[in-house]
Amino acid sequence: MPTGRDTKIVTARFGNEDAKTLAGYEKTGGYQTLRKALAMRPQDITAEVKASNLRGRGGAGFSTGVKWGFVPAGAAEVHLVCNADESEPGTCKDRELMYWDPHLLIEGMVIAAHALHSRHNFIYIRGEMMREYVVLQKAVDEAYARGYLGKNVLGTGSQIELTVHRGAGAYICGEETALLNSLEGLRGLPRLKPPFPAVKGLFGNPTIVNNVETLMNVPAIIDKGGAWFAELGMGRSGGTRIVCVSGHVEKPGVFELPIGITFTELIDEVCGGVWKGRKVKAVIPGGVSMPPLDPSELDVPIEFDALQTDERIKPVQYLPGKQFDLGGGKPLRTMAGSGGVVVMDDQTDIPKALWRILKFFAHESCGQCTPCREGTGWMEKVSRRIADGNGKPGDLELLGTIAHGIAGNTICALGDAAAWPAMGFLTKYWSEFEAKIRRAA
Amino acid sequence: MSLEFSADAQKKIAALCERYQVSGSKQPVVLAALHLAQKQFGHLSDDALRLVARTLELPYAQVYGVATFYTMFRREPGGVTTIRMCTNISCMLRGGYEVLAAFETKLGLAKGMSNSQFTLVEEECIAACANAPCALVGTKYLLDITPEQVPGLVEELIRDPHPESEVV
Ligand SMILES: Cc1cc2nc3c(=O)[nH]c(=O)nc-3n(C[C@H](O)[C@H](O)[C@H](O)COP(=O)(O)O)c2cc1C
Ligand code: SF4
Ligand code: FES
Repeated sequence: MPTGRDTKIVTARFGNEDAKTLAGYEKTGGYQTLRKALAMRPQDITAEVKASNLRGRGGAGFSTGVKWGFVPAGAAEVHLVCNADESEPGTCKDRELMYWDPHLLIEGMVIAAHALHSRHNFIYIRGEMMREYVVLQKAVDEAYARGYLGKNVLGTGSQIELTVHRGAGAYICGEETALLNSLEGLRGLPRLKPPFPAVKGLFGNPTIVNNVETLMNVPAIIDKGGAWFAELGMGRSGGTRIVCVSGHVEKPGVFELPIGITFTELIDEVCGGVWKGRKVKAVIPGGVSMPPLDPSELDVPIEFDALQTDERIKPVQYLPGKQFDLGGGKPLRTMAGSGGVVVMDDQTDIPKALWRILKFFAHESCGQCTPCREGTGWMEKVSRRIADGNGKPGDLELLGTIAHGIAGNTICALGDAAAWPAMGFLTKYWSEFEAKIRRAA
Repeated sequence: MSLEFSADAQKKIAALCERYQVSGSKQPVVLAALHLAQKQFGHLSDDALRLVARTLELPYAQVYGVATFYTMFRREPGGVTTIRMCTNISCMLRGGYEVLAAFETKLGLAKGMSNSQFTLVEEECIAACANAPCALVGTKYLLDITPEQVPGLVEELIRDPHPESEVV
C-alpha cells in the first residue's frame, strides 16, 4: 500500500456531528477557502483545478478542469448542477458525504460557481435520500443566512443561488442529460449528445454537471494548490479516492484511500479479508456497470487509467475468441467507475449474480432506444433461466450476441452499462455458466 | 372533485416558482408540487394531478407523464410507512432476499402491496451497500438486517412510523 499517505480530504469530518452545523464547520476551518477563492480571478480557479488532475468521481473520470473550460466565454447565464442521484448498485459514498459534511459540498459549489460565473446552481438529490435532503437543506438555509449564498455573496456583489432539487425515484436520472430533463420538470429521458451540457444544458444554457465527491474536492485544491493535489495521486489522477466496499468481506465500508492501492491490498489490509476465511471469486471494481475482475487480476491499482489499460486484466469478449471493440480496435478491460467495489466469495453463484445485475438494468431502461429497451429485457430473461437452472444450449451465445448488439448503439451509456457486465462475466466465468446449463439439460 | 393545496403548500410552491424564474416557466416545480400533493392527499389521483397542472399552468398530460415516470409517486392509496427493502447485488450477496421474505411474512404483505399501515417495496440499490442487507424507511435506514430482527423492526415502525411525507 502506498505509505505515509493517510490524507483525508472529503471524509475528514466523518463522525463529527458538530461539523454538520455551520458554526461547527467554521470551527474546523470551513468557508475560509471560499474567502480566498472569491478574491481570485475565475479563470485562475479553473486553471488550478486543471492542474490538480481532479477527475470526475461520477463514473467517467473526465478531467474536471478541462470540462469547466468548455463553457463558452461570455455566456449570459451558466449553471452548475451537482449530481447527487447516486444509485449505481455497489456505490454508497455520495450519500455519506452529504450526510456528514454538507457544508463542504456547499463551499465547493460556491467556489465552482464563482469560477464558472454561474448564478443559479442546483443540487439534484435522489428522491429516496430523505435523511440527506433534510441535512443538506438545513445547511443551505444556514449558508444563506450567513451570506455565503444569495444576491451578494460575502459583500462581493456576486449573486450565487443554490437550490436543492429532489428527484422522485429513477436510476436513469443519474445520467447527466436525463438529470437536466428531470430538473426541468420533465420525465427523466436522456438527451442526444451533442450538444453537450457544457454548451447547451439546463434551460438551454451552458451547464456543468459534477458529482458530489468531485465538487467536495474543490476547496482543498484551492486551499493547498493544484500541484499538491496532483502530487497526492498517481499518474494523471489527482487526490484521493473513495471506495465503497460491499459484499463478502469481513469489514465492508466507505474508505478514502490513496489512489494506487490495489484490490488485493484493499480486501486484505483495509477490509479484513474475505469473510468466513473464504477466497475471492469475482470483484466488481466500480459499480455494477463495470466488467468484473477475476482472482488473477487483483494486483492492479485502483486508478482510472490502470483499470482501462493494464494488460494483466483480460480484454472483454462478447463470444469466445471474439474481442469486444471499444472503437478503433481498443479493447475493453474494465474501468474505475463510481468506486463501488463488490466482492464475491468462492461460493457465489455467478449466474445468479449476473441475473440480478441485468434485472436492474432491464428495470431502469427508460425505453427510448430499441436496443436498450428490448435488449435489456431479453438479457434479463435469458440470464434468469440460466440462473434458475433452466438454461438451454446456445443461451450463452445468445446473451453475448444481445449484449454486443446493445453496446455502443444507444442514446445514453445505460445501454453499455448493461452490456459490459454481461460480456465481462461471460468472458471470465464461461465454464461456470456452461456447467450450470449442462446440469439443466 | 376539485382539490386545493393547503396554505403551507401554496406558499412553498410560490417560493419555488420564484426560485426557478430563470427557467422562464413553472415547469421545474412539477416534482416538488407532486411531492406536496402526495403528502397532502396520500396519493396522486386524477384530481390531484389536475390540481398540479392548474397550479403550474401545465397541460394535464404532461403532469400525468411525469407522475407515472417516477417510482416514488403513487396513483393508489398506500400505507403510512413505506419500507423499501433493497435486494440488489450487495444486499443479495448477504441475504437480502431472505430479509425481504421475512418482511413479507411479518407484514402479511407480498412485495409491492400495501395495507393501511405499511407499503412493502422491493427496492433497487439504496446507496447503503456497505451495510447490506438494508432497507429505507423515510429518513431512517435499517442496516445490516438479519431475518430474525425483522419482527422487532416492524414493531418499532408501528410505534414510530417514519412516513416519507415527513420531509416534504
Ligand atoms: C445510466 C447512468 C447513470 C449515472 N448515474 C450517476 C450518478 O448517480 N451520479 C453521478 O455523479 N454520475 C452518474 N452518471 C454519470 C453522469 O452522467 C456524469 O458523467 C457525471 O455526473 C459527471 O460528473 P463528474 O465529471 O464529476 O464525474 C451516470 C451515467 C449514466 C450513463
Ligand atoms: S440507452 Fe436505454 S436508458 Fe439510455 S436513453 Fe436509450 S433506452 Fe433510455
Ligand atoms: S445493493 Fe443494496 S444498498 Fe446498494
